[in-house]
Amino acid sequence: MGKTLAEKIIGEHAGKEVSAGDIVVAAVDVAAVQDGTGPLAVQQLEKMGLVQAKNPERTVLFIDHAAPSPHKDLSNAHKILRDFAKKTGVDLSEVGTGVCHQRLVEDYVNPGDILIGADSHTCTSGALGAFATGMGSTDVAVGIALGKTWLRVPETIRINVSGEFKDGVCAKDLILYLIGKITADGATYKALEFGGETIEKMAMSDRFTLSNMAVEAGAKTGLIASDATTRAFLESRGRADKFREIAPDEDAVYEEIIEIDASTLEPMVSAPHTVDNTSTAAGLAGTKVDQVFIGTCTNGRIEDLAIAARILEGKQRHPDTRLIVVPASKDVYLDAIAAGYIETFIKAGAAVMAPGCGPCVGVHQGILGDGEVCLSTQNRNFQGRMGNTEGLIYLSSPATAAASVIKGEITDPREVL
Amino acid sequence: MAEEMQNNLKGKAWKFGDDISTDHIAPGRLFHLRTNMPELAKHVLEDADPEFPNKVRKGDFVVGGRNFGLGSSREHAPTIIKISGVGAVLAKSFARIFFRNAINVGLPVLICDTDQIDPEDDLEIDLSTGLIKDITKGIELTFSPLPDVMITILKDGGLAAHISKYGDFKLE
Repeated sequence: MGKTLAEKIIGEHAGKEVSAGDIVVAAVDVAAVQDGTGPLAVQQLEKMGLVQAKNPERTVLFIDHAAPSPHKDLSNAHKILRDFAKKTGVDLSEVGTGVCHQRLVEDYVNPGDILIGADSHTCTSGALGAFATGMGSTDVAVGIALGKTWLRVPETIRINVSGEFKDGVCAKDLILYLIGKITADGATYKALEFGGETIEKMAMSDRFTLSNMAVEAGAKTGLIASDATTRAFLESRGRADKFREIAPDEDAVYEEIIEIDASTLEPMVSAPHTVDNTSTAAGLAGTKVDQVFIGTCTNGRIEDLAIAARILEGKQRHPDTRLIVVPASKDVYLDAIAAGYIETFIKAGAAVMAPGCGPCVGVHQGILGDGEVCLSTQNRNFQGRMGNTEGLIYLSSPATAAASVIKGEITDPREVL
Repeated sequence: MAEEMQNNLKGKAWKFGDDISTDHIAPGRLFHLRTNMPELAKHVLEDADPEFPNKVRKGDFVVGGRNFGLGSSREHAPTIIKISGVGAVLAKSFARIFFRNAINVGLPVLICDTDQIDPEDDLEIDLSTGLIKDITKGIELTFSPLPDVMITILKDGGLAAHISKYGDFKLE
């Protein structure tokens, strides 16, 4: 019987053939925590008497959610991570280095790997053909110490995408459309597997956006077969030797197959307070926006900043709308400086901040006031997400966000392209 | 948290709606309290029901709708529900990471038809038989059994206790 990508990768790591529904103990290649979940993982390791890492060179502690620290308690939490890294020899990704998911795809995760991360958007690395999934602190702590975890092999929903995007429409619009269609729990406990001619032609950065948001449909991971695009990405990161081709079997058994024609899609926006509350950007046109945020593990890559800079070149933010830009990693930031995008943003009136999660998690760097509206390129718009239960968060692509900051209201990007 | 699981639970229902996220349970604005769990627990679910943290009593139940616990991987969410004294969380469905985290911290999570339960109903739950009695209404509900691997972890008092006990996974 043919295997899905999830079944193939988990089977390789469990040392036996597996099918959806099986429960196995599997080897873990990469384990990661961040500053919101890592201190608890370290405390659990101490409690278990396991202050150790099975694969220190592939274990990473990221300081990204509250970086630089806005509070002494968080500064002390960061110290716990730095001390653990010194004791065990694992990697520490310091303040200013970037969002864990971007850093993981840049420098750590390879096709065919299993990655467990104490952050729900760990599924981002699935775009490299890795089984990448979010878990809690204790699960990842055990994965760090023992180099293994238990997994239920998920059923897979195959998403076949055909057709070309219209101008102004991109991968973010596709994933918001899909989540609106299958709902925020439409893929709970399951893997999503993206494929079809549109995905085959899609740039790596857009593939990361798709996989990143798999969890917003409840999915365990969002997988994409590795191919020449994956190889070129790994080459660009100095990891050409880590490329391997991994794809599902042609007769793989899927729980469901969803076909999407990309040419029919419009720029999409998720309205408060759930990601599946989607409309077209045109349908929400005129909604006043107080803050626009361009960045995050979803859309803070150089390709995203390029689109935003193209729209904002020589333009100004609306006087009533502030703009925050946060590159997803140090390398993205350097590339954006070299390309002149950062200058474009600053001249357009942006506050550009150090690589990290920025205001997405509600800790700092752009907390909303009561009744304020933020249009963000992030992945989640739950009530209270950006630090205030009275704030209203809308989600969109970088193009829609950039167009909207000029007009001061939600705007279909094709109006300015 | 390695205390032995009680099989018989009794308490009052606290009713919540669909899509209760980890931001409702343990919001990002309190990120700095994540290394101080007892203090974070004083705010548990307050963004969904401001009365809850002060009025919840030991043994009470959190009763949600669809997709309870969606969002972040923060294990602090089920941990502070447990610290607040809640005996179990009941919902029509759970988000995957929350569900797994709850078992890992020793908090029972039960999938059942919560539409039949109203706020403040008195409930009695037998974890071993899978039966929920709504004493106020005089009705009985059943919940879906957990996979064996999760029953093992829950019985051991959570994942850290399980690993401490065996030095490894002992699930198969």
